Amino acid sequence: MSSGQPFQTNNAIIKWIDHRLPIFSLTNDTLVDYPAPRNLNYWWNFGSLAGLALVVMIVTGIVLAMQYTPHVDYAFDSVERIMRDVNGGWLIRYIHMNMASFFFIAVIIHIFRGLYYGSYKAPREILWILGVVIFLLMMATAFMGYVLPWGQMSFWGATVITNLFSAIPLVGESIVTWLWGGFSVNNPTLNRFFALHYLLPFVIVGVVILHIWALHRFGSNNPLGIDAKGPQDKIPFHPYYTVKDAFGVGVFLLIFSVFLFFAPNFLGHPDNYIPANPLSTPAHIVPEWYFLPFYAILRSVPDKLLGVVLMFASIGILFILPWLDRSPVRSCKFRPVYKWFFWVLLIACVALGWAGQEAPEGAPLYISRVATAYYFFHFLVLLPLLGVIERPKPLPASIAEPVLGGGEVWSNAAAKPMEKA
Amino acid sequence: MAADSAHASQHSPDGEETRRDFLYLVAGAMGAVGTGAFAWPLINSMNPSADVLALSSTEVDLTPIEVGQSVTVVWRDKPVFIRHRTEDEIAAANDVAINELPDPQTDADRVVKPEWLIVGGNCTHLGCVPLGQKTGDEKGEYDGWFCPCHGSHYDTSGRIRKGPAPLNLPVPPVEFLDDTTIKIG
Repeated sequence: MSSGQPFQTNNAIIKWIDHRLPIFSLTNDTLVDYPAPRNLNYWWNFGSLAGLALVVMIVTGIVLAMQYTPHVDYAFDSVERIMRDVNGGWLIRYIHMNMASFFFIAVIIHIFRGLYYGSYKAPREILWILGVVIFLLMMATAFMGYVLPWGQMSFWGATVITNLFSAIPLVGESIVTWLWGGFSVNNPTLNRFFALHYLLPFVIVGVVILHIWALHRFGSNNPLGIDAKGPQDKIPFHPYYTVKDAFGVGVFLLIFSVFLFFAPNFLGHPDNYIPANPLSTPAHIVPEWYFLPFYAILRSVPDKLLGVVLMFASIGILFILPWLDRSPVRSCKFRPVYKWFFWVLLIACVALGWAGQEAPEGAPLYISRVATAYYFFHFLVLLPLLGVIERPKPLPASIAEPVLGGGEVWSNAAAKPMEKA
Repeated sequence: MAADSAHASQHSPDGEETRRDFLYLVAGAMGAVGTGAFAWPLINSMNPSADVLALSSTEVDLTPIEVGQSVTVVWRDKPVFIRHRTEDEIAAANDVAINELPDPQTDADRVVKPEWLIVGGNCTHLGCVPLGQKTGDEKGEYDGWFCPCHGSHYDTSGRIRKGPAPLNLPVPPVEFLDDTTIKIG
């Protein structure tokens, strides 16, 4: 991404290196001079927060791996040893446990930000698809990480999730046996999950690099959803957004600390402090909270194969979202009808999350069925239809217009200019 | 650039495939086959190893199991339910319209001796261990087993009757070594 001016320095050593390996230019163009839309709001903070969470997870994870033993006879005890005997082990493990949840919180808000402001639309389709790939990789990584402590929830979570693949006709059972490396979830399973849990975060880093590369091809979307018309619509990333992102990090870590230091097990399940027992399933098994909506979709269908298919389709559908939404207008600010359905979708997803932790009968089952039906209706029927029948509000001529002139477009708008021109 | 023009000149004027296109195709296909041949041993290494396959049979002494009692034994690291069925349970298992079952199977096809029901102890939905082995467990609407994870009900022959599970509890290979000893596997 070319910025206003090329990278310049008077330092001879930096010049010498940069001529041979333009890493300083790249950093400068990506994080310093990179021109970003001037009107980004706080919903644009969650990308950098997710990036921070990824780094924290990798750093704490590497240190934890030095103390962990991936064997069915020792895994549970080695985690307890980390909690009790390793210097600061409790802190490192609780950071890793809770940051996993906060990583998902950041990414989920980031995704809904993209849905609200139409960040998936042309020319950012591949950027969006890479994001969905990251989300899938995160879920695989989180699932395998949850198995490693080898508690009851670890074992039965692993059993239930791997058994999802047995729903595949003909080859399902062979695939499950292959995944397990045996006839049940056992030591070979734990070993390979540990290896993959260590590997996948670095794959995520790779896809994140592609994600940022695709992002910088056309730059960030913005709350108005219109393209930047010129330099007056943009400000350099540093110091404006580095400072804003840093402020967001402060707030994020403050909330994180509340969980870390005062309720580190709030988001987990007590049953996972019972060592795995292959002969006894806990009475009530539920996945971690970030899987609950998908779990609710799975359980809302009385047919095994169809339940599994719908659960995977609920994410798969996001891959084709850029082509399902036919409206040329990106931001919900100018889509008077779709705007309301965005909130219905959000409510449906929250309802699915709630239903996912309840027993699948009575009201929760009914609610999960309605919400599942709406989820697919929203993407497959509503979005293509609204693109045709919705009449969007007029778009402003440019991002800078409300600030620098032509104010009549925004004379009645609630949004006040946030920066001086 | 030179390669490009050389390549272009190989195309016949009317745009038909040339021998060079064929070579590209064959070389690419061989590359794919080679990569696959290399990947296969890696993928296959994740299948059950010889030591896992070796643990494939379990012998059980049935003497201590009274009528109406159940025990859980381990075969291939998974639970197997053995139930010493009562006359009522055997009658209930036979008193079923077979064609109305989700996974039609007669009770006689599932047992060697009617009083001994021996079935795999993992729900065929997603692999949880159903309740019903211990006295006081919820046994479900058909007095067999009930899976608490997603609400599947099994009858006194271990057949699926209600809920999301698609299949009956599997019957492992069972051999009576004498009147009171069985070999599973």
